[in-house]
Amino acid sequence: MKIFRVNMSNLSFVAEEVPEEWKVLGGRGLTSVIVAKEVDPTCHPLGNKNKLVFAPGLLTGTMAANAGRLSVGAKSPLTGGIKESNSGGTAAQRLAKLGVKALIIEEIPQGDKWYCLHVNKDGVEIKEETELLGKGNYEVIHTLTSRYGENTGVITIGQAGEYKMSAANISVKDPKGHIRSLGRGGLGAVMSSKRIKFITLDDNDGEGIKILDKEKFKKAASIFNKGLLSHPVSGNALPKYGTNVLINILNEAGGLPTKNFRMGQFDGAEKISGETMYDTIMSREGDPTHGCHVGCVIRCSQTYNDKDNKYLTSGFEYETIWGFGAGCTVDDLDVIAYIDQICDDIGIDTIETAGTMMVAMEAGILPWGDGNGILNLFKNEIKEGTPLGRILGNGADFTGKAFGVTRVPTVKRQSMPAYDPRSVKGIGVTYATTTMGADHTAGYSVTSNILNVGGHIDPLAKEGQIELSRNLQIATAAIDSAGLCIFTAFAILDSDPVSHALIAMINAQYGTNWSVDDWFNLGRQVLKTERAFNEAAGFTNKDDRLPEFFSEPVPPHNATWDFSGEELDQVHNF
Amino acid sequence: MEVKVKLFGDLREGRFKEEKTQLEENSCVIDIINKHNLPLEKVAICMVNSHVAEFGQVLQNQDTVAFSPPVGGM
Repeated sequence: MKIFRVNMSNLSFVAEEVPEEWKVLGGRGLTSVIVAKEVDPTCHPLGNKNKLVFAPGLLTGTMAANAGRLSVGAKSPLTGGIKESNSGGTAAQRLAKLGVKALIIEEIPQGDKWYCLHVNKDGVEIKEETELLGKGNYEVIHTLTSRYGENTGVITIGQAGEYKMSAANISVKDPKGHIRSLGRGGLGAVMSSKRIKFITLDDNDGEGIKILDKEKFKKAASIFNKGLLSHPVSGNALPKYGTNVLINILNEAGGLPTKNFRMGQFDGAEKISGETMYDTIMSREGDPTHGCHVGCVIRCSQTYNDKDNKYLTSGFEYETIWGFGAGCTVDDLDVIAYIDQICDDIGIDTIETAGTMMVAMEAGILPWGDGNGILNLFKNEIKEGTPLGRILGNGADFTGKAFGVTRVPTVKRQSMPAYDPRSVKGIGVTYATTTMGADHTAGYSVTSNILNVGGHIDPLAKEGQIELSRNLQIATAAIDSAGLCIFTAFAILDSDPVSHALIAMINAQYGTNWSVDDWFNLGRQVLKTERAFNEAAGFTNKDDRLPEFFSEPVPPHNATWDFSGEELDQVHNF
Repeated sequence: MEVKVKLFGDLREGRFKEEKTQLEENSCVIDIINKHNLPLEKVAICMVNSHVAEFGQVLQNQDTVAFSPPVGGM
């Protein structure tokens, strides 16, 4: 495999040998190690010194199910700390099949021209781009698919990225030609700072995936893949209802943040629930289940059609539906679907902008429950890059400052996801302490707090939450390094044969002799690397705290956030 | 006594979303499971008045009891 390095200052490309210490790294493990080694932690995230690093996971491109995630890393313009965001789509497997261990983009061009990159077996071609500037992601993907063919992988930024908004994401074409998002942390703005509108990937005649012991790999992959299908969550619940199955459960548990985290239950929950969504999809001839990448057996994605049975959006996730729904007290699933569509098209993170809309409602920019008002802010302000749009597009924290709002649900300037940290305390510990800013995927304690997977810990009590979050953050950092979908964790956590098969696949592919402990050591090392970067960037323990309004009780349990700073700091003792 | 029963996900199929049900005094969560023929292996999450509950928990008049099959998300 090779490291592909692109320098945008002199528009050059070089293929480098993979350093020994990076050979058994991939995904988040590799992006974070490269960012930590090569990026000055004090640099401006949109300046010449930041780098944008793309890496497929350790298992990406193999016959391991659900291993097609692409990690992207940089210093985040949203948080000011290290960032890794990952996504499905068609890009990671193409990079892996081309033998690209990582694609590193450094420096920024002189002048104001825009560029595109084309990655193929010969390397990276850097070309000037004019035609697709100012266009949304759907048009970019459709145009490039016509230009290069169905099999071309596409990584692109929309208008939000072009404006260098801190909530801008990077979009990846999925197998159906729709959009998956490297959502969090403003990585679209970093790509824009390099003046790259899109990257296309052609894996024809690539060197392919090298596996040292193919027979052993095949056996382990078979156990792993069957394990995912036989687990009740990854085998049944996710394929049928998608991630939005959680609306009714979190609402019932009193953990569905409603009206900017004022309540834990939403009167309109049933109208935006996974069950309602499933019935709507079926009645409109949509597709309730498909994968976000080739080789996905969980298939939690779906196609949601409008009232005329025409495509409206896909990859319609719980977090998005919660945020613009319960978070903003909107109970119209169709309006939320239109918001999801425009967020995909302009390339902006739905979790960050949902938090932003809650803050905008606090500020009186629009009334609570005004779904069409949200849609208009995206269409007429953010997409157009108006002064108001540029404030909103920079996220909840920025918007709170602009309008003097103090009820801003962020940690490290990143918006909080769809679980109230007072009534699902384990996830609050993760929000506070992860290197990423408020991020549920970094250590999904909801699994033991609410879902009864991997044991049960009372969501309303403090006991056991620090250890739970720590262990999950470590495990997640390792899973993200393998290129695995985080939903594989349900089976990995619950089943020894599945976790052992995972290690066996790594050993068979790379000739290592890892134990489960070595696997977790990888996760520990990733977290330590990321935390050291953040400390050098200026973060301290005081950044590992929740906003002060979480000391208010939240109904129905009247739970408060009651962890001390000293208790939270224990997460990092490993 | 009367309790409100809520079902989520596949447990609704052939049953209901929400209904009130009459039970004898001192009934437990498991009595509702039996009364509505909920397959035990499909009841992964049970909540009484929004608190996670065991099958043996004794119910009170006007309690709300919710059942969910195994679910996941993010």
